[in-house]
Amino acid sequence: MFYALLCYHQEDVVCAWTREEDDAVMQKLAVVQERLARDGKLGPVARLLPTTAATTLRKDQDPPLVLDGPFAETKEQLLGFYILDCADLEEALGIARELGAANPGGSYEIRPVGLFMDGGARP
Amino acid sequence: MSEEARAFGPVLTAARPQAVAALLRYFRDLDLAEEAFQEACLRALKSWPQNGPPRDPAAWLIFVGRNVALDSVRRRARQVELPPEDAFSDTEDAEAAVAARIDGAHYRDDVLRLLFICCHPELPATQQIALALRIVSGLSIGQIARAFLVSETAMEQRITRAKARIARAQAGEGGVPFEPPGAVERAERLGAVAAMLYLVFNEGYSTAGDAAAARAPLCEEAIRLARLLLRLFPAEPEIMGLAALMLLQHARAPARFAADGTVILLEHQDRALWNRTFIAEGLALLDKAMRHRRPGPYQVQAAIAALHARASTAEETDWAQIDLLYGTLEIMTPSPVVTLNRAVAISKLRGPEAALAMVEPLGERLSGYFHYHGLRGALLMQLGRTGEAREGFMAAISLATTPAEAAHIRSHLDGLK
Repeated sequence: MFYALLCYHQEDVVCAWTREEDDAVMQKLAVVQERLARDGKLGPVARLLPTTAATTLRKDQDPPLVLDGPFAETKEQLLGFYILDCADLEEALGIARELGAANPGGSYEIRPVGLFMDGGARP
Repeated sequence: MSEEARAFGPVLTAARPQAVAALLRYFRDLDLAEEAFQEACLRALKSWPQNGPPRDPAAWLIFVGRNVALDSVRRRARQVELPPEDAFSDTEDAEAAVAARIDGAHYRDDVLRLLFICCHPELPATQQIALALRIVSGLSIGQIARAFLVSETAMEQRITRAKARIARAQAGEGGVPFEPPGAVERAERLGAVAAMLYLVFNEGYSTAGDAAAARAPLCEEAIRLARLLLRLFPAEPEIMGLAALMLLQHARAPARFAADGTVILLEHQDRALWNRTFIAEGLALLDKAMRHRRPGPYQVQAAIAALHARASTAEETDWAQIDLLYGTLEIMTPSPVVTLNRAVAISKLRGPEAALAMVEPLGERLSGYFHYHGLRGALLMQLGRTGEAREGFMAAISLATTPAEAAHIRSHLDGLK
Protein backbone atom coordinates (compact mmCIF):
# COMPACT_ATOMS: atom_id res chain seq x y z
CA MET A 1 0.00 0.00 0.00
CA PHE A 2 1.23 3.45 -0.82
CA TYR A 3 0.91 6.15 1.80
CA ALA A 4 1.44 9.86 1.47
CA LEU A 5 3.06 11.44 4.49
CA LEU A 6 2.02 15.10 4.41
CA CYS A 7 4.30 17.30 6.52
CA TYR A 8 2.67 20.18 8.36
CA HIS A 9 4.59 22.67 10.46
CA GLN A 10 4.44 26.34 11.36
CA GLU A 11 6.21 27.92 8.44
CA ASP A 12 7.32 31.04 10.31
CA VAL A 13 9.03 28.79 12.86
CA VAL A 14 10.82 26.75 10.18
CA CYS A 15 11.84 30.01 8.45
CA ALA A 16 13.33 31.16 11.78
CA TRP A 17 15.70 28.18 11.94
CA THR A 18 19.30 29.21 11.46
CA ARG A 19 21.15 27.68 8.52
CA GLU A 20 22.91 25.34 10.99
CA GLU A 21 19.63 24.23 12.57
CA ASP A 22 18.12 23.60 9.13
CA ASP A 23 21.17 21.62 7.98
CA ALA A 24 21.12 19.56 11.18
CA VAL A 25 17.46 18.57 10.67
CA MET A 26 18.03 17.70 7.01
CA GLN A 27 21.02 15.53 7.97
CA LYS A 28 19.08 13.62 10.59
CA LEU A 29 16.22 13.08 8.12
CA ALA A 30 18.66 11.90 5.46
CA VAL A 31 19.76 9.03 7.71
CA VAL A 32 16.19 7.71 7.94
CA GLN A 33 15.51 8.41 4.25
CA GLU A 34 18.60 6.51 3.12
CA ARG A 35 17.57 3.45 5.08
CA LEU A 36 14.02 3.64 3.69
CA ALA A 37 15.43 3.90 0.18
CA ARG A 38 17.67 0.87 0.73
CA ASP A 39 14.65 -1.10 1.95
CA GLY A 40 12.74 -0.08 -1.18
CA LYS A 41 10.07 1.74 0.84
CA LEU A 42 10.76 5.31 -0.29
CA GLY A 43 8.93 6.95 -3.20
CA PRO A 44 9.17 10.60 -4.26
CA VAL A 45 10.10 13.10 -1.53
CA ALA A 46 9.57 16.85 -1.81
CA ARG A 47 10.32 19.87 0.34
CA LEU A 48 8.12 22.73 -0.80
CA LEU A 49 9.23 26.35 -1.06
CA PRO A 50 7.55 28.75 1.40
CA THR A 51 3.81 29.39 0.94
CA THR A 52 4.69 32.96 -0.02
CA ALA A 53 5.82 31.47 -3.35
CA ALA A 54 2.43 29.74 -3.79
CA THR A 55 -0.42 30.66 -6.11
CA THR A 56 -3.95 29.30 -5.79
CA LEU A 57 -6.44 28.71 -8.60
CA ARG A 58 -9.98 28.87 -7.27
CA LYS A 59 -11.86 26.78 -9.83
CA ASP A 60 -15.23 26.84 -8.09
CA GLN A 61 -16.10 29.78 -10.29
CA ASP A 62 -16.00 30.47 -13.98
CA PRO A 63 -13.56 31.78 -15.04
CA PRO A 64 -11.36 30.41 -12.26
CA LEU A 65 -9.79 32.98 -9.97
CA VAL A 66 -6.02 33.22 -9.48
CA LEU A 67 -5.01 34.20 -5.95
CA ASP A 68 -1.61 34.84 -4.38
CA GLY A 69 -0.66 32.61 -1.50
CA PRO A 70 -1.59 29.14 -0.28
CA PHE A 71 -5.05 27.58 -0.53
CA ALA A 72 -5.97 28.15 3.10
CA GLU A 73 -4.66 30.35 5.87
CA THR A 74 -3.88 27.87 8.60
CA LYS A 75 -1.78 27.83 11.75
CA GLU A 76 0.37 25.09 10.24
CA GLN A 77 1.24 24.83 6.56
CA LEU A 78 1.93 21.97 4.16
CA LEU A 79 5.72 22.18 3.81
CA GLY A 80 6.51 18.87 2.11
CA PHE A 81 5.57 15.25 1.55
CA TYR A 82 6.85 11.70 1.24
CA ILE A 83 5.39 8.80 -0.68
CA LEU A 84 6.02 5.54 1.19
CA ASP A 85 5.42 1.89 0.30
CA CYS A 86 4.25 0.23 3.51
CA ALA A 87 2.56 -3.04 4.42
CA ASP A 88 -0.01 -1.33 6.63
CA LEU A 89 -0.83 1.72 8.72
CA GLU A 90 1.27 0.46 11.64
CA GLU A 91 4.38 0.42 9.49
CA ALA A 92 3.59 3.86 8.08
CA LEU A 93 3.09 5.21 11.60
CA GLY A 94 6.40 3.68 12.67
CA ILE A 95 8.21 5.46 9.85
CA ALA A 96 6.37 8.68 10.66
CA ARG A 97 7.50 8.42 14.30
CA GLU A 98 11.09 7.91 13.19
CA LEU A 99 11.00 10.90 10.84
CA GLY A 100 9.27 12.87 13.57
CA ALA A 101 12.08 12.13 16.01
CA ALA A 102 14.53 13.58 13.49
CA ASN A 103 12.32 16.64 12.89
CA PRO A 104 10.21 17.41 15.95
CA GLY A 105 7.31 19.87 15.96
CA GLY A 106 4.30 20.06 13.70
CA SER A 107 2.30 17.06 12.44
CA TYR A 108 2.38 14.38 9.79
CA GLU A 109 -0.86 13.46 8.08
CA ILE A 110 -0.72 9.84 6.91
CA ARG A 111 -2.97 9.43 3.89
CA PRO A 112 -3.37 6.22 1.90
CA VAL A 113 -2.79 6.81 -1.82
CA GLY A 114 -5.61 5.86 -4.22
CA LEU A 115 -3.91 6.41 -7.54
CA PHE A 116 -0.20 6.81 -8.06
CA MET A 117 1.42 7.56 -11.40
CA ASP A 118 5.14 7.96 -11.75
CA GLY A 119 4.80 10.53 -14.51
CA GLY A 120 8.48 10.32 -15.33
CA ALA A 121 9.33 14.03 -15.09
CA ARG A 122 12.49 14.62 -13.08
CA PRO A 123 13.61 17.94 -11.62
CA MET B 1 19.67 26.70 28.34
CA SER B 2 18.43 23.12 28.20
CA GLU B 3 18.13 21.25 24.91
CA GLU B 4 14.37 21.45 25.26
CA ALA B 5 14.35 25.19 25.91
CA ARG B 6 16.66 25.75 22.94
CA ALA B 7 14.15 24.04 20.68
CA PHE B 8 11.72 26.87 21.51
CA GLY B 9 14.15 29.52 20.21
CA PRO B 10 12.75 29.57 16.67
CA VAL B 11 9.19 29.51 18.05
CA LEU B 12 9.88 32.66 20.08
CA THR B 13 11.68 34.30 17.15
CA ALA B 14 8.77 33.54 14.84
CA ALA B 15 6.19 34.87 17.31
CA ARG B 16 8.19 37.97 18.13
CA PRO B 17 7.07 40.48 15.45
CA GLN B 18 3.39 39.79 16.01
CA ALA B 19 3.68 39.72 19.82
CA VAL B 20 5.80 42.86 20.19
CA ALA B 21 3.58 44.66 17.66
CA ALA B 22 0.41 43.79 19.59
CA LEU B 23 2.00 44.78 22.91
CA LEU B 24 3.11 48.05 21.34
CA ARG B 25 -0.44 48.83 20.26
CA TYR B 26 -1.62 48.00 23.75
CA PHE B 27 0.97 49.96 25.74
CA ARG B 28 1.90 52.53 23.07
CA ASP B 29 5.44 52.42 24.42
CA LEU B 30 8.25 50.58 22.68
CA ASP B 31 10.35 49.94 25.80
CA LEU B 32 7.41 48.63 27.76
CA ALA B 33 6.31 46.41 24.87
CA GLU B 34 9.79 44.96 24.55
CA GLU B 35 10.13 44.39 28.29
CA ALA B 36 6.75 42.71 28.40
CA PHE B 37 7.75 40.39 25.57
CA GLN B 38 11.09 39.52 27.21
CA GLU B 39 9.35 38.68 30.46
CA ALA B 40 6.77 36.57 28.61
CA CYS B 41 9.60 34.68 26.88
CA LEU B 42 11.26 33.90 30.21
CA ARG B 43 7.97 32.51 31.51
CA ALA B 44 7.47 30.55 28.29
CA LEU B 45 10.84 28.87 28.69
CA LYS B 46 9.83 27.80 32.21
CA SER B 47 6.30 26.73 31.36
CA TRP B 48 6.45 25.25 27.85
CA PRO B 49 8.96 22.45 28.49
CA GLN B 50 6.70 21.18 31.31
CA ASN B 51 3.25 21.87 29.94
CA GLY B 52 4.01 21.64 26.24
CA PRO B 53 3.95 24.64 23.88
CA PRO B 54 0.61 26.39 23.35
CA ARG B 55 -1.26 25.99 20.09
CA ASP B 56 -0.84 29.70 19.34
CA PRO B 57 2.49 30.82 20.84
CA ALA B 58 2.08 34.47 19.78
CA ALA B 59 -1.32 34.77 21.50
CA TRP B 60 0.12 33.14 24.65
CA LEU B 61 3.07 35.54 24.69
CA ILE B 62 0.85 38.58 24.12
CA PHE B 63 -1.52 37.55 26.88
CA VAL B 64 1.19 36.76 29.43
CA GLY B 65 3.33 39.75 28.43
CA ARG B 66 0.39 42.09 28.77
CA ASN B 67 -0.48 40.88 32.26
CA VAL B 68 3.11 40.93 33.48
CA ALA B 69 3.69 44.44 32.19
CA LEU B 70 0.42 45.70 33.63
CA ASP B 71 1.45 44.36 37.02
CA SER B 72 4.81 46.08 36.88
CA VAL B 73 3.31 49.34 35.61
CA ARG B 74 0.81 49.26 38.48
CA ARG B 75 3.54 48.51 41.02
CA ARG B 76 5.75 51.29 39.75
CA ALA B 77 2.84 53.68 39.55
CA ARG B 78 1.87 52.97 43.18
CA GLN B 79 5.37 53.88 44.31
CA VAL B 80 5.31 57.12 42.41
CA GLU B 81 1.79 58.36 41.94
CA LEU B 82 -1.68 57.12 41.25
CA PRO B 83 -2.17 56.12 37.64
CA PRO B 84 -4.62 58.10 35.58
CA GLU B 85 -7.71 55.93 35.36
CA ASP B 86 -8.03 56.03 31.57
CA ALA B 87 -4.51 54.67 31.04
CA PHE B 88 -5.80 51.24 32.01
CA SER B 89 -9.37 51.63 30.93
CA ASP B 90 -9.50 48.20 29.35
CA THR B 91 -7.67 46.19 32.00
CA GLU B 92 -10.95 44.56 32.88
CA ASP B 93 -11.28 42.95 29.47
CA ALA B 94 -12.10 39.29 29.58
CA GLU B 95 -9.39 36.93 28.39
CA ALA B 96 -11.50 35.84 25.44
CA ALA B 97 -11.92 39.39 24.24
CA VAL B 98 -8.18 39.96 24.39
CA ALA B 99 -7.52 36.79 22.47
CA ALA B 100 -10.10 37.77 19.88
CA ARG B 101 -8.47 41.14 19.38
CA ILE B 102 -5.07 39.50 19.09
CA ASP B 103 -6.26 37.21 16.34
CA GLY B 104 -8.30 39.87 14.66
CA ALA B 105 -7.69 41.97 11.62
CA HIS B 106 -5.31 44.27 13.53
CA TYR B 107 -2.52 41.75 13.27
CA ARG B 108 -1.32 42.73 9.80
CA ASP B 109 -1.32 46.44 10.48
CA ASP B 110 0.24 45.92 13.93
CA VAL B 111 3.29 44.24 12.46
CA LEU B 112 3.49 46.78 9.65
CA ARG B 113 3.27 49.62 12.19
CA LEU B 114 6.05 48.12 14.29
CA LEU B 115 8.32 47.88 11.24
CA PHE B 116 7.27 51.33 10.08
CA ILE B 117 8.09 52.93 13.43
CA CYS B 118 11.62 51.52 13.14
CA CYS B 119 12.13 53.33 9.84
CA HIS B 120 11.18 56.75 11.15
CA PRO B 121 12.54 59.33 8.68
CA GLU B 122 14.32 61.24 11.46
CA LEU B 123 16.52 58.22 12.14
CA PRO B 124 19.69 57.78 10.07
CA ALA B 125 19.73 54.55 8.05
CA THR B 126 22.16 52.76 10.37
CA GLN B 127 19.89 53.43 13.36
CA GLN B 128 16.83 52.23 11.47
CA ILE B 129 18.61 48.98 10.71
CA ALA B 130 19.93 48.51 14.24
CA LEU B 131 16.51 49.21 15.70
CA ALA B 132 14.69 46.80 13.41
CA LEU B 133 17.22 44.07 14.12
CA ARG B 134 16.89 44.62 17.87
CA ILE B 135 13.15 45.09 18.16
CA VAL B 136 11.61 43.10 15.32
CA SER B 137 14.21 40.39 14.82
CA GLY B 138 15.29 40.14 18.45
CA LEU B 139 19.01 39.96 17.64
CA SER B 140 21.14 40.61 20.73
CA ILE B 141 23.01 43.91 21.13
CA GLY B 142 26.22 41.86 20.84
CA GLN B 143 25.18 40.30 17.51
CA ILE B 144 24.24 43.71 16.07
CA ALA B 145 27.41 45.34 17.41
CA ARG B 146 29.55 42.66 15.72
CA ALA B 147 27.73 43.21 12.43
CA PHE B 148 28.40 46.94 12.57
CA LEU B 149 31.98 46.51 13.88
CA VAL B 150 31.36 48.66 16.95
CA SER B 151 31.55 47.89 20.66
CA GLU B 152 28.50 46.61 22.51
CA THR B 153 28.43 49.78 24.60
CA ALA B 154 28.41 51.95 21.49
CA MET B 155 25.62 49.88 19.93
CA GLU B 156 23.63 49.94 23.17
CA GLN B 157 23.87 53.75 23.20
CA ARG B 158 22.94 53.98 19.54
CA ILE B 159 19.80 51.91 20.06
CA THR B 160 18.86 53.79 23.23
CA ARG B 161 19.18 57.09 21.38
CA ALA B 162 17.10 55.81 18.48
CA LYS B 163 14.37 54.65 20.86
CA ALA B 164 14.38 57.98 22.66
CA ARG B 165 14.01 59.76 19.38
CA ILE B 166 11.07 57.60 18.42
CA ALA B 167 9.45 58.09 21.83
CA ARG B 168 9.75 61.87 21.32
CA ALA B 169 8.34 61.66 17.82
CA GLN B 170 5.50 59.40 18.98
CA ALA B 171 4.61 61.88 21.73
CA GLY B 172 4.61 64.81 19.29
CA GLU B 173 2.58 65.71 16.22
CA GLY B 174 4.43 63.39 13.85
CA GLY B 175 3.76 60.21 15.82
CA VAL B 176 2.57 57.12 14.01
CA PRO B 177 -1.12 56.72 14.90
CA PHE B 178 -2.42 53.48 16.37
CA GLU B 179 -5.61 53.40 14.36
CA PRO B 180 -5.61 51.04 11.37
CA PRO B 181 -4.23 52.96 8.38
CA GLY B 182 -6.16 53.78 5.22
CA ALA B 183 -5.18 52.23 1.90
CA VAL B 184 -2.89 55.09 0.81
CA GLU B 185 -1.19 55.26 4.18
CA ARG B 186 -0.75 51.50 4.25
CA ALA B 187 0.90 51.59 0.83
CA GLU B 188 3.25 54.35 2.00
CA ARG B 189 4.18 52.35 5.08
CA LEU B 190 4.83 49.26 2.97
CA GLY B 191 7.11 51.30 0.72
CA ALA B 192 9.12 52.69 3.63
CA VAL B 193 9.40 49.28 5.27
CA ALA B 194 10.50 47.67 2.00
CA ALA B 195 13.26 50.28 1.65
CA MET B 196 14.37 49.63 5.23
CA LEU B 197 14.47 45.86 4.68
CA TYR B 198 16.61 46.37 1.60
CA LEU B 199 18.97 48.52 3.71
CA VAL B 200 19.24 45.66 6.22
CA PHE B 201 19.96 43.28 3.35
CA ASN B 202 22.62 45.51 1.80
CA GLU B 203 24.27 46.06 5.16
CA GLY B 204 24.79 42.31 5.24
CA TYR B 205 25.62 41.96 1.56
CA SER B 206 28.28 44.62 1.11
CA THR B 207 31.07 43.19 3.22
CA ALA B 208 33.81 40.64 2.88
CA GLY B 209 36.38 39.16 5.19
CA ASP B 210 35.93 38.82 8.93
CA ALA B 211 32.87 41.02 8.98
CA ALA B 212 31.13 38.90 6.32
CA ALA B 213 30.52 36.06 8.76
CA ALA B 214 29.03 38.44 11.31
CA ARG B 215 26.90 40.15 8.69
CA ALA B 216 25.60 37.24 6.63
CA PRO B 217 22.74 36.74 9.12
CA LEU B 218 21.54 40.24 8.22
CA CYS B 219 20.79 39.06 4.67
CA GLU B 220 18.88 36.04 5.91
CA GLU B 221 17.04 38.18 8.45
CA ALA B 222 15.99 40.66 5.74
CA ILE B 223 14.71 37.75 3.64
CA ARG B 224 12.84 36.28 6.62
CA LEU B 225 11.15 39.64 7.31
CA ALA B 226 10.27 40.05 3.63
CA ARG B 227 8.59 36.62 3.70
CA LEU B 228 6.74 37.72 6.83
CA LEU B 229 5.53 40.87 5.05
CA LEU B 230 4.40 38.73 2.10
CA ARG B 231 2.41 36.43 4.35
CA LEU B 232 0.65 39.53 5.71
CA PHE B 233 0.22 41.24 2.33
CA PRO B 234 0.28 38.38 -0.17
CA ALA B 235 -0.81 40.32 -3.25
CA GLU B 236 1.77 43.14 -3.28
CA PRO B 237 3.94 42.76 -6.39
CA GLU B 238 6.68 45.10 -5.15
CA ILE B 239 7.08 43.10 -1.93
CA MET B 240 7.33 39.95 -4.10
CA GLY B 241 9.90 41.83 -6.19
CA LEU B 242 11.88 42.83 -3.11
CA ALA B 243 11.91 39.28 -1.75
CA ALA B 244 12.90 37.94 -5.18
CA LEU B 245 15.68 40.51 -5.54
CA MET B 246 17.17 39.62 -2.16
CA LEU B 247 16.88 35.86 -2.74
CA LEU B 248 18.48 36.06 -6.19
CA GLN B 249 21.35 38.18 -4.90
CA HIS B 250 21.86 36.16 -1.74
CA ALA B 251 21.97 32.96 -3.84
CA ARG B 252 25.38 34.15 -5.09
CA ALA B 253 26.83 34.54 -1.58
CA PRO B 254 28.86 31.28 -1.60
CA ALA B 255 30.63 32.39 -4.81
CA ARG B 256 31.26 36.07 -4.13
CA PHE B 257 34.56 35.99 -2.26
CA ALA B 258 37.77 34.03 -2.67
CA ALA B 259 39.28 32.22 0.30
CA ASP B 260 41.59 35.21 0.91
CA GLY B 261 38.60 37.59 1.00
CA THR B 262 39.07 39.20 -2.42
CA VAL B 263 35.96 40.01 -4.44
CA ILE B 264 35.04 37.64 -7.25
CA LEU B 265 33.08 39.58 -9.86
CA LEU B 266 29.81 38.16 -11.16
CA GLU B 267 31.34 37.18 -14.49
CA HIS B 268 34.10 35.16 -12.80
CA GLN B 269 32.00 33.44 -10.16
CA ASP B 270 31.67 29.66 -10.07
CA ARG B 271 27.97 29.42 -10.82
CA ALA B 272 27.85 25.84 -9.52
CA LEU B 273 28.21 27.37 -6.05
CA TRP B 274 25.04 29.46 -6.39
CA ASN B 275 22.20 28.39 -4.10
CA ARG B 276 19.64 26.79 -6.45
CA THR B 277 16.84 26.75 -3.87
CA PHE B 278 17.07 30.52 -3.33
CA ILE B 279 17.15 31.04 -7.10
CA ALA B 280 14.05 28.87 -7.55
CA GLU B 281 12.16 30.82 -4.88
CA GLY B 282 13.31 34.15 -6.31
CA LEU B 283 12.23 33.23 -9.84
CA ALA B 284 8.88 31.92 -8.56
CA LEU B 285 8.17 35.18 -6.72
CA LEU B 286 9.16 37.28 -9.72
CA ASP B 287 6.84 35.18 -11.90
CA LYS B 288 3.99 35.83 -9.50
CA ALA B 289 4.76 39.54 -9.30
CA MET B 290 4.76 40.03 -13.07
CA ARG B 291 1.24 38.61 -13.35
CA HIS B 292 -0.02 41.72 -11.55
CA ARG B 293 1.25 44.00 -14.33
CA ARG B 294 2.13 46.69 -11.80
CA PRO B 295 5.87 47.02 -12.34
CA GLY B 296 8.09 48.81 -9.84
CA PRO B 297 11.78 49.30 -9.12
CA TYR B 298 12.18 46.15 -7.00
CA GLN B 299 10.57 43.98 -9.67
CA VAL B 300 12.79 45.47 -12.37
CA GLN B 301 15.93 44.95 -10.28
CA ALA B 302 14.80 41.41 -9.51
CA ALA B 303 14.25 40.83 -13.24
CA ILE B 304 17.84 41.92 -13.88
CA ALA B 305 19.11 39.59 -11.13
CA ALA B 306 16.96 36.82 -12.63
CA LEU B 307 18.64 37.21 -16.04
CA HIS B 308 22.01 36.70 -14.35
CA ALA B 309 20.64 33.72 -12.40
CA ARG B 310 19.25 32.12 -15.56
CA ALA B 311 22.52 32.38 -17.52
CA SER B 312 24.46 29.17 -16.97
CA THR B 313 27.69 30.91 -18.00
CA ALA B 314 28.66 34.59 -17.96
CA GLU B 315 28.84 34.52 -21.79
CA GLU B 316 25.18 33.50 -22.03
CA THR B 317 24.00 36.58 -20.12
CA ASP B 318 21.21 38.39 -21.99
CA TRP B 319 22.80 41.86 -21.89
CA ALA B 320 20.27 43.29 -24.35
CA GLN B 321 17.41 42.53 -21.92
CA ILE B 322 19.46 43.85 -19.02
CA ASP B 323 20.09 47.08 -20.93
CA LEU B 324 16.34 47.43 -21.54
CA LEU B 325 15.54 46.80 -17.90
CA TYR B 326 18.08 49.38 -16.72
CA GLY B 327 16.50 51.76 -19.21
CA THR B 328 13.14 51.15 -17.49
CA LEU B 329 14.75 51.66 -14.09
CA GLU B 330 16.26 54.96 -15.28
CA ILE B 331 12.72 56.16 -15.99
CA MET B 332 11.25 54.85 -12.72
CA THR B 333 14.05 55.96 -10.41
CA PRO B 334 16.42 58.25 -12.32
CA SER B 335 19.86 58.14 -10.73
CA PRO B 336 23.43 58.35 -12.01
CA VAL B 337 24.13 55.03 -10.26
CA VAL B 338 21.46 53.31 -12.38
CA THR B 339 23.00 54.81 -15.53
CA LEU B 340 26.41 53.60 -14.37
CA ASN B 341 25.03 50.08 -14.06
CA ARG B 342 23.44 50.37 -17.46
CA ALA B 343 26.85 51.31 -18.86
CA VAL B 344 28.13 47.88 -17.82
CA ALA B 345 25.46 46.28 -20.00
CA ILE B 346 26.33 48.68 -22.83
CA SER B 347 30.02 47.76 -22.59
CA LYS B 348 29.07 44.10 -23.12
CA LEU B 349 26.68 44.91 -25.96
CA ARG B 350 28.47 47.65 -27.86
CA GLY B 351 31.98 47.79 -26.44
CA PRO B 352 33.97 50.01 -24.07
CA GLU B 353 33.84 53.14 -26.21
CA ALA B 354 30.02 53.40 -26.16
CA ALA B 355 29.99 52.62 -22.45
CA LEU B 356 32.63 55.26 -21.70
CA ALA B 357 30.55 57.87 -23.55
CA MET B 358 27.69 57.00 -21.18
CA VAL B 359 29.89 57.07 -18.07
CA GLU B 360 31.86 60.31 -18.66
CA PRO B 361 28.91 62.71 -18.22
CA LEU B 362 28.25 61.18 -14.75
CA GLY B 363 31.63 62.37 -13.46
CA GLU B 364 30.36 65.53 -11.86
CA ARG B 365 27.73 63.76 -9.76
CA LEU B 366 29.65 60.55 -9.07
CA SER B 367 33.15 61.95 -8.49
CA GLY B 368 33.04 60.62 -4.90
CA TYR B 369 31.75 57.18 -5.85
CA PHE B 370 34.08 54.19 -5.82
CA HIS B 371 32.31 52.23 -8.55
CA TYR B 372 32.31 55.18 -10.95
CA HIS B 373 36.09 55.40 -10.93
CA GLY B 374 36.44 51.63 -10.93
CA LEU B 375 34.26 51.16 -14.01
CA ARG B 376 35.76 54.17 -15.79
CA GLY B 377 39.25 52.81 -15.13
CA ALA B 378 38.28 49.38 -16.43
CA LEU B 379 36.77 50.83 -19.63
CA LEU B 380 39.85 53.01 -20.25
CA MET B 381 42.03 49.96 -19.64
CA GLN B 382 40.08 48.01 -22.28
CA LEU B 383 40.60 50.90 -24.69
CA GLY B 384 44.35 50.81 -24.05
CA ARG B 385 44.38 54.30 -22.51
CA THR B 386 46.70 53.11 -19.75
CA GLY B 387 47.66 56.44 -18.20
CA GLU B 388 44.07 57.58 -17.75
CA ALA B 389 43.07 54.11 -16.54
CA ARG B 390 45.73 54.30 -13.84
CA GLU B 391 44.39 57.68 -12.70
CA GLY B 392 40.87 56.25 -12.54
CA PHE B 393 41.98 53.24 -10.50
CA MET B 394 43.97 55.45 -8.13
CA ALA B 395 40.87 57.58 -7.56
CA ALA B 396 38.85 54.40 -6.94
CA ILE B 397 41.31 53.04 -4.39
CA SER B 398 41.20 56.26 -2.43
CA LEU B 399 37.40 55.87 -2.20
CA ALA B 400 37.28 52.14 -1.43
CA THR B 401 35.26 51.42 1.71
CA THR B 402 36.39 47.84 2.24
CA PRO B 403 39.78 46.12 1.94
CA ALA B 404 38.19 43.75 -0.60
CA GLU B 405 37.28 46.67 -2.88
CA ALA B 406 40.77 48.12 -2.62
CA ALA B 407 42.37 44.73 -3.30
CA HIS B 408 40.23 44.29 -6.39
CA ILE B 409 41.33 47.63 -7.87
CA ARG B 410 44.94 46.94 -6.94
CA SER B 411 44.81 43.75 -9.00
CA HIS B 412 43.76 45.90 -11.99
CA LEU B 413 46.61 48.32 -11.33
CA ASP B 414 49.06 45.44 -11.17
CA GLY B 415 47.77 44.33 -14.58
CA LEU B 416 48.54 47.74 -16.11
CA LYS B 417 52.06 47.85 -17.46
